[in-house]
Amino acid sequence: MGKTFAEKVLARAAGATEAVPGQVLDVYPDLYMSPNASWRCIRTMEKLGTDQIYDVDRIAMVMDHIAPAQTAKTADDQRICREYAALRGIKKFYDVDAGIAHLVLSEAGHIRPGMVVIGSDSHTTIYGALGAFGTGVGFSELTAAWVTGKIWMKVPQSLKVVIEGPLARGSSAKDVMLKLIGDLTADGATYMSVEFHGSYIEGLSVSERMTLCNLAMELGAKNGFVRPDEVTRSYLSGRGVAPDHYAELHPDADAVYVKSVTIDGRSLSPQIACPHQVDNVKPIEQVAGTKVNQVFIGSCANAKYEDLVEAAQILKGRKIANGVRLIVSPASKEIVGRIVKDGTFSILLDAGALITNPGCSACAGDGGVMADGEVTLSTANRNFQGRMGSYKAEIYLGSPAVAAATAVKGVIADPREFM
Amino acid sequence: MTEKIGGKIIKFGNNVNTDVIIPGRYLVSIDPQELAKHAFEPLGAEVQKRLWASQVVVGGSNFGCGSAREQAATALIGAGIKAVVAKSFSRVFFRNCINTGLPAVECPEAAEAAQDGGDFWLDLDAGIATVQEKNFRFAAFPESLKQLLDAGGLIPYIAKYVLPQQRAAKG
Repeated sequence: MGKTFAEKVLARAAGATEAVPGQVLDVYPDLYMSPNASWRCIRTMEKLGTDQIYDVDRIAMVMDHIAPAQTAKTADDQRICREYAALRGIKKFYDVDAGIAHLVLSEAGHIRPGMVVIGSDSHTTIYGALGAFGTGVGFSELTAAWVTGKIWMKVPQSLKVVIEGPLARGSSAKDVMLKLIGDLTADGATYMSVEFHGSYIEGLSVSERMTLCNLAMELGAKNGFVRPDEVTRSYLSGRGVAPDHYAELHPDADAVYVKSVTIDGRSLSPQIACPHQVDNVKPIEQVAGTKVNQVFIGSCANAKYEDLVEAAQILKGRKIANGVRLIVSPASKEIVGRIVKDGTFSILLDAGALITNPGCSACAGDGGVMADGEVTLSTANRNFQGRMGSYKAEIYLGSPAVAAATAVKGVIADPREFM
Repeated sequence: MTEKIGGKIIKFGNNVNTDVIIPGRYLVSIDPQELAKHAFEPLGAEVQKRLWASQVVVGGSNFGCGSAREQAATALIGAGIKAVVAKSFSRVFFRNCINTGLPAVECPEAAEAAQDGGDFWLDLDAGIATVQEKNFRFAAFPESLKQLLDAGGLIPYIAKYVLPQQRAAKG
């Protein structure tokens, strides 16, 4: 009987000969990622009265959720992380200038096929884009892994998602995922490993793979996965990681899945998640015309280089609507460098965008919050009540193309009108 | 741990997310009492008052979905909650509950029968939930999770069992 990716990778990281769904294993992750919240891990280490670390090179810290500090308290939290990293020799420490952890660590070549990564951030599922197993945990568990090197994990069942492409004009990975989340609901893949297959995936960019695996979290998934291929290898070699520095793991052709679902991207129209749940999804035709006060292009879901270029293609030579705020927060410093060099930065700026420093930004309520009764169209991955300021504000989610079209019209708009 | 835990119920629906349980703006704290002041704040003062007067949170399906923030469990502990019962949990929230010493029990029938403001009692060892004098069975925790809960969570467990072992091994 064949094995899924999750069964293979968890067996490998647990040193077991095989893993079957439901089995509980002591898994030794290859990387432990913590964002700003790293200070909580450090405080916990102090509470435990230990400086014992299993493997300091497996610790990665990125100051992304609040960057730069907003208050003396958050400045102090960040100082604690900075000093601890220096004291313990944590080399994978990235400060407030770097951007969102998931992008920063991928760009630095720290995420490789076949790895198991835990992170105290739910969207750690994104690492499946590079053929790794990424899953979110709380900070106590992350701290425990610092000390013991291990974490218990239940081997998940796997869900096979087959996406047939190429996608219809105006649609992107975001629309595929919103459609899937709407169809399967927010707990459609709870505790499952979600594997993406199908013709759409062949040759797909790492950026779009990241959007797929990132949003798998909003199905309740434990992890997301795209099979590594030439695209993955080329991304890694561009970042100084040669193929002999990792071992790819591929699901077997006869692997056993709990379910298989197929999405036909060839007839997909842009999708919108309406307030206040990510699975409250409607095709854009039903939502177009809804007035917005703010548009946010940001987050680990959709503020990558390709996302910003997608938005700029619509914004080029146009101005955003009167009275609308367009906030663009590139996902990483590297991306800022690229958009400055190729002119995308100027296109966004000329259209009327407010471009912030890289980081989680408005997605984590770090700036860009809303007043009572306001509405934002966001490219992020969550639209929960109160996530961006007032509890009486509303968040709609869509693709970068939808965001750009919406900023121009001042109401939720179909990007196909601009193509 | 043979005594029953429980008390007054506050009942919620499906897909309650952790941004509603504890909004991101309060994550600068890890103090249970401070977090408890803001637990369920997006749902208004009435809900918060009922939370503080309750001992058991009952949810529908996918309770605790969203962010991995551990403070969602900590905030409930600070509010005096002794157990969370739901039709199903999001996986990170479930882990965070156990790791902070808060029993999280999946029992769809009992969650359905529970009435807001009524009583809910749990016998964790026997795997029995009692709602309005009716008993419902649920899968008791495996030994490893029981040990974590008995220790008061993962960090106290490591302090009590793992670190002494490591120190002894080092001699």
